[in-house]
Amino acid sequence: MRTVAKRSRRRLASVALSSAGPAPSAGETVAAVEISGLVKRYASVIAVDGLTFTAARGAVTAILGPNGAGKTTTIEVCEGYRAADGGTVRVLGMVPGSRDLRPRVGVMLQSGGIPPAVPAGYYLTQLSRFHAHPLPVPRLLDMVGLSDAARTPFKRLSGGQQQRLSLAAAVIGRPELVFLDEPTAGMDPQARHATWSLIGELRAAGVSVILSTHYMEEAERLADHVVIIDHGRVVAEGTPGALTGSAGQLRFRAEPGLDIEALVAALPAGALAKESPSGHYVVEVTGGEVDPRLLASVTAWCADRGVLASSLRIESRTLEDVFLELTGKDLRS
Amino acid sequence: MSAALNSTAMDLTPAPGAAPGLQMVLAQAGAEGRALIRNGEQLLLTLIIPLLLLSMLSLEPIVNFGAGISRIDFMTPGIMALAVMSTAFTSQAIATGFERRYGVLKRLGATPLSRVQLITAKTLTIVAVELVQAALIIAVGLMIGWRPDAAWSAIVVVPLLLLLGTAAFSGLALAMAGALRAEATLAAANLVWIVLLGLGGVVFPLTKFPAGARHVFELLPTGALSTGLRDVLAHGVAFPVGNTVTLLVWAVAAIALAARVFRWE
Repeated sequence: MRTVAKRSRRRLASVALSSAGPAPSAGETVAAVEISGLVKRYASVIAVDGLTFTAARGAVTAILGPNGAGKTTTIEVCEGYRAADGGTVRVLGMVPGSRDLRPRVGVMLQSGGIPPAVPAGYYLTQLSRFHAHPLPVPRLLDMVGLSDAARTPFKRLSGGQQQRLSLAAAVIGRPELVFLDEPTAGMDPQARHATWSLIGELRAAGVSVILSTHYMEEAERLADHVVIIDHGRVVAEGTPGALTGSAGQLRFRAEPGLDIEALVAALPAGALAKESPSGHYVVEVTGGEVDPRLLASVTAWCADRGVLASSLRIESRTLEDVFLELTGKDLRS
Repeated sequence: MSAALNSTAMDLTPAPGAAPGLQMVLAQAGAEGRALIRNGEQLLLTLIIPLLLLSMLSLEPIVNFGAGISRIDFMTPGIMALAVMSTAFTSQAIATGFERRYGVLKRLGATPLSRVQLITAKTLTIVAVELVQAALIIAVGLMIGWRPDAAWSAIVVVPLLLLLGTAAFSGLALAMAGALRAEATLAAANLVWIVLLGLGGVVFPLTKFPAGARHVFELLPTGALSTGLRDVLAHGVAFPVGNTVTLLVWAVAAIALAARVFRWE
């Protein structure tokens, strides 16, 4: 054992000497998560249907999708809880859930996992004993705002506090990669922002983060890469910027019931307009940007009809616009 | 209440690694032990009820055995068997059922602790509790007037019987907790406990039952354990072969069943 440890230390030292800057060591060229053609069925239901995407090392990857899209199933296959029915999944280049992989990966389940009677601080201390270089428990409690609740049993914590304890448990072993399944569900705005800043700090420290979420704002703020999935397939992926495009919409308010067809006819080719909801108008250019000419033609058209356009603004589409466009507006259970 | 997180810089740079195996097992065993102490019903079941039964039934002639031995000499081995059943079967089945329900086992599956290490930790905790139970039962029994009539080999045979009983009950507990919902496990484990308290030769002599029933009851794990312990500790039998084989068969079958039906989540 001793000679093995020595040898690996020497190898680390030689890597450090030979690299001038933060050159990637051999391990870091491996993706955080690589999913190819993943299929998962429950009885007759296909939860994941040929899903393929790659999450880069050291980046925050957000998996977005409506309820039942296959987010949790995908994450739980990566965590090693469920066996894939088809396709391949590699986590840090290894088979999910394998013994050598588990210490390197932190997991935050969507709910549960912590015994109800166990106090928060004791739970983290207990978990820290499974790890070689755990984060110090008092500082971790402080970081997630639970110092005052260290002696409170899990069942008496508020929903947001329970989530934060679960988040702390995911990072206590100083993992290279964390899976966060809807980390801010049920949190109040303060706790949510604080969780976002912790995720930002993880990223800054070089930790890879895979998170699933319903919150577009969360994905837009945090993610380097967004994967939108629906019916168990990837429907779109890219950086938040690439997905939303820039300066894609002109919005204004005016009296309800303007003649949309006449408006479109007056605009440069390629422009589209809609009233949604009543009295709120959106003008978009397919595959293009809102330019001064478009702005001028909209205001000129309004002026010709004696319509006063108010709250006129140019903005990019939100991720929510993209998301609803791709996944539809039907309610999902 | 402020929910703000403090972004005081903490080094989050990855430094993963599992702790040494022994440290993990002891940490988990410690957590299991604390959970037991925290849980009043479990303490009632594993310590208080057996000791109450031992002292009450030995001092007051509530039950008439006519078993040819003094009441306390009859009762002490029976209560030892009851204590093993309470800890390894009822208490463990209920605790494990709720651990599954709360996702505790699932979450542990994502830590460096392996399943074998988890089972080892649980076994260590059960054995530690049984040592405390045995010490208290022996102390209270001797105080009340228990005078074991045993061969020297009892020093080896009694722990062997207790160990086989523990293995059999643990297997049955994990099979039940692994297959049923937590509430169903709670109800069934308590029911089995009560039934075997009556039919397991713990406080009523099996010799009081008709011969046919008696032979069946002696083949149940509780009956085999209580009868075996009583043969060794009260009747000076060197090695109760039949009861030992019965317990061994139960242990192998129960653990095989648990391995088949147990689900971690």
